[in-house]
Amino acid sequence: MTPEELRSRAERRRLEESRFSERLRVCTATSCASLGSGALFDALSAEIHRRGTGDRCELKRVGCLGLCAAGPLVMAEQGTGSTHTESLLREVRPEQAASLLDGFRDGFPAEQSVPLDLPFFRKQRRIVSEACGRIDPDRIDDAVAAGAYRALLEALHERTPADVLAEIDRSGLRGRGGAGYPTGLKWHTVAKAEASQKFVVCNADEGDPGAYMDRSVLESDPHRVLEGMALAAYAVGASEGFVYVRAEYLLAIERLRQAIGQANQIGLLGSAVGGTAFHFHVEVRLGAGAYVCGEETALLASIEGGRGTPRPRPPYPAAAGLFGAPTLINNVETLANVPAIVARGGDWFASIGTEKSKGTKIFALAGKVAHTGVIEVPMGTTLHEIVFELGGGIPDGARCKAVQTGGPSGGCIPARFFETPVDYENLAGLGSIMGSGGLIVMDEQTCMVDIARFFMAFCRDESCGKCVPCRVGTVELHQLLDTIANGRAGTRDMELLEEFCDLVRHTSLCGLGQSAPNPVLSTLRHFPEEYRAHLRGQCPAGVCFPASPAEEPPR
Amino acid sequence: MSVYTLEIDGREVGARPGETILAVAREHQIEIPTLCSLEGLSTVGACRLCLTEVEGASRLLPACTTAVAEGMRVRTQSERIARYRRGILELLFAERNHQCAVCVSNGHCDLQALATSLGMDHVRVPYRDPLLSVDASHERFALDHNRCVLCTRCVRVCDEIEGAHTWDVAGRGIGSWIVSDLADPWGESSSCTGCGKCVQVCPTGALFEKGKAIGEMTKRTAFVPMLQHMRGRRR
Amino acid sequence: MRPRLATLWLDGCSGCHMSLLDLDERLLEIIRDFELVYSPLLDVKEYPNAVDIALVEGAVSTEADRRRIQIVRERTRILVSFGDCAVTGNVPALRNRIGIDAVLAVYETPPTREVPMLLPVFPVHQVVAVDHWLPGCPPSPDAIFEVLRALLEQRAPAPSGVRFGS
Repeated sequence: MTPEELRSRAERRRLEESRFSERLRVCTATSCASLGSGALFDALSAEIHRRGTGDRCELKRVGCLGLCAAGPLVMAEQGTGSTHTESLLREVRPEQAASLLDGFRDGFPAEQSVPLDLPFFRKQRRIVSEACGRIDPDRIDDAVAAGAYRALLEALHERTPADVLAEIDRSGLRGRGGAGYPTGLKWHTVAKAEASQKFVVCNADEGDPGAYMDRSVLESDPHRVLEGMALAAYAVGASEGFVYVRAEYLLAIERLRQAIGQANQIGLLGSAVGGTAFHFHVEVRLGAGAYVCGEETALLASIEGGRGTPRPRPPYPAAAGLFGAPTLINNVETLANVPAIVARGGDWFASIGTEKSKGTKIFALAGKVAHTGVIEVPMGTTLHEIVFELGGGIPDGARCKAVQTGGPSGGCIPARFFETPVDYENLAGLGSIMGSGGLIVMDEQTCMVDIARFFMAFCRDESCGKCVPCRVGTVELHQLLDTIANGRAGTRDMELLEEFCDLVRHTSLCGLGQSAPNPVLSTLRHFPEEYRAHLRGQCPAGVCFPASPAEEPPR
Repeated sequence: MSVYTLEIDGREVGARPGETILAVAREHQIEIPTLCSLEGLSTVGACRLCLTEVEGASRLLPACTTAVAEGMRVRTQSERIARYRRGILELLFAERNHQCAVCVSNGHCDLQALATSLGMDHVRVPYRDPLLSVDASHERFALDHNRCVLCTRCVRVCDEIEGAHTWDVAGRGIGSWIVSDLADPWGESSSCTGCGKCVQVCPTGALFEKGKAIGEMTKRTAFVPMLQHMRGRRR
Repeated sequence: MRPRLATLWLDGCSGCHMSLLDLDERLLEIIRDFELVYSPLLDVKEYPNAVDIALVEGAVSTEADRRRIQIVRERTRILVSFGDCAVTGNVPALRNRIGIDAVLAVYETPPTREVPMLLPVFPVHQVVAVDHWLPGCPPSPDAIFEVLRALLEQRAPAPSGVRFGS
């Protein structure tokens, strides 16, 4: 397929869509699907069929519409150009199918309409999620109509791998998986490696509690990720790719496989992509429920068919990765940024965000916040904007205490730092990390010792057991936190807690262990008074110390 | 063949490219404590006792897996490293049952010796006191999980030297444990050749020979590099 | 004035005290340099006040042990965990793996008055603060001698060849 053929294919699809004067887009991503959007879709389909209005009313399954808390969501569109209107409808039930269709004529019920000028929508800047909720992820033509694979084919026909690399360099893109390593640098290392075989691996083993950004992207717009992988493969000289996705992401896996099949079929992936000499074969590999496989060396071991345990680096995967070959590993969101960067230029991307953190970041807003869901905001947006404007603040007038970012590797940032613009350096400076994008809002009823204990339990359960500090250290740290939370600890336990946090952090083999103490260290730093209160037998948030005192004898 | 010059604990030493810090240090009689590492086997960097400070590196690096580089400056001893090493030993002793007085390997145990050499004289964290099983189903040998430190020397020697791959690790985190075949009793293993190499390389009393007195329970590990050498492999 | 020395026997086999007696003729030096104020070797019922150094053998494994060690800690300047049972819990602590009920199951009617209430077994330092640790099952006479000499000379004890086990 040539770029011209791709363009005409896109044009054809756009024309096809423009014939409809009414368009309904039903979110069928996991969140809305779990609230019954499948039945809703069927009901709407049946109703359109009954009315015989299929020629003017288009019904389409789409991915995430963002405001997950209000699902099932339906976007109703009418008209084109200057008469074009959009209405987002919340909590739509299958039995409302008829009245919903009537809405095109009579107007939609105000109580079910979500104002689209909410800061939740207005303050977003959508690059990665540009087509999320607009296209049918199961139809490649829909993605193509929205611009998918244009950057790839143009690059294959008109630009050298070095050109693509330079564009990524200029963009200032950094890894969205957590650590923020400069993407261009990583690509260069793999590109420079001399090898007959190289791999591109997409890390879709998203596993932080409360985080589902990558799932949302994969379910809504899988082609963007695949195109990003193909561009990466072209730039670094790889011909094979793997998407390592957790097995629990059923819908994402299904859509990804579908997308790969469709792209292969029309020559946008596979052999001789776009009629060029570039080959790129992509396979999906499923994780088996181990969080540690999000760590790149453990991920590679798992793809190779081995036990998912990390190994010491160096050598880095860029030098010796999958099956010993130079391997580029990027996460879903990082790769999903690539097509836009190549299409619109690195300079354009670099104009968004802060000095050292460019572009946008997707966050999964969760916890005690009015609008839970997926948002994409420019780097540099403040936590205050995210929580109180986009997030709509804390329900029931409760006071916000902190946000947790970065999951089990991150930390809690108290509300007094909410004016901080979000970027890699600022969050690290506050003792947390950007992480993959989970953002959990906590109110005054959240106990920081309890939170630290929760995340330590998570790390303990997810430790692979290979290295001693992580395997045993997380168990002992959890027990210490438990003792503190139960009001049975003394100052000696606090000293041990700090000392073994330091040990686990600096001696563990991989990132899981190295960052496992972060939630403890950040809460110790920002909420020391809560720990002291527990030593006195008080829990300010009223979470610990249930009615009956602990029965276990003190240790 | 080119030679690197580097500095370990202030001493200038020469090394071949591809050698690890540990190998070079040992060639020069510089002691670095190890537990999971064993000459002649692949390295896993799991016990973390051989962590060293390498100038310019943001993290501590395990001597057993880190390759030397020209001009590298390594510190194998410092107050901080000593503290970490003792802490790691404390965690190991707290994890399972390492009451040396009632162990078959009393007096011939790497873990016990490490506690002495690194000055770990008490464990500050609570002992976990798990009750684990003992697999005595094999005719000549037994595996006491209570003594296992999960160094995986047995797994590697069986795979890399004997070629049987009877042993592997099952479970994860604190629940990890060594299994023969698909977690079958050792005595029923169809892959085990009964060679006993795993017993010899086990640093503790986890793998032992039946019918031997404690005084006879000396482990011999020198055969591993010897075999590798005779097979013409260099590691 | 000679430092006031006490030795204590909690849950252990008394092997550490045997090793102490194995100091043989050096015992005379100990007696010359220390005032032995409390010990299983003496007929003193009550733990005295103002003890300078206490060697504690054995783990804390009953309610009585716990009360005793707390009193000892209150009345002692320097507390030494003496031998593996005191340092690690050692053999007494093996019962932590099966629980107290399993231990008491051997009795037709579990004793209540004759035997103090059993607790999970702890090393001494997990119950009270400890100043020095002398592992060994038992510690060698040389190591014991070095610890006592060092404390007498007010320096940090540096016994050689000390290890867990025997």
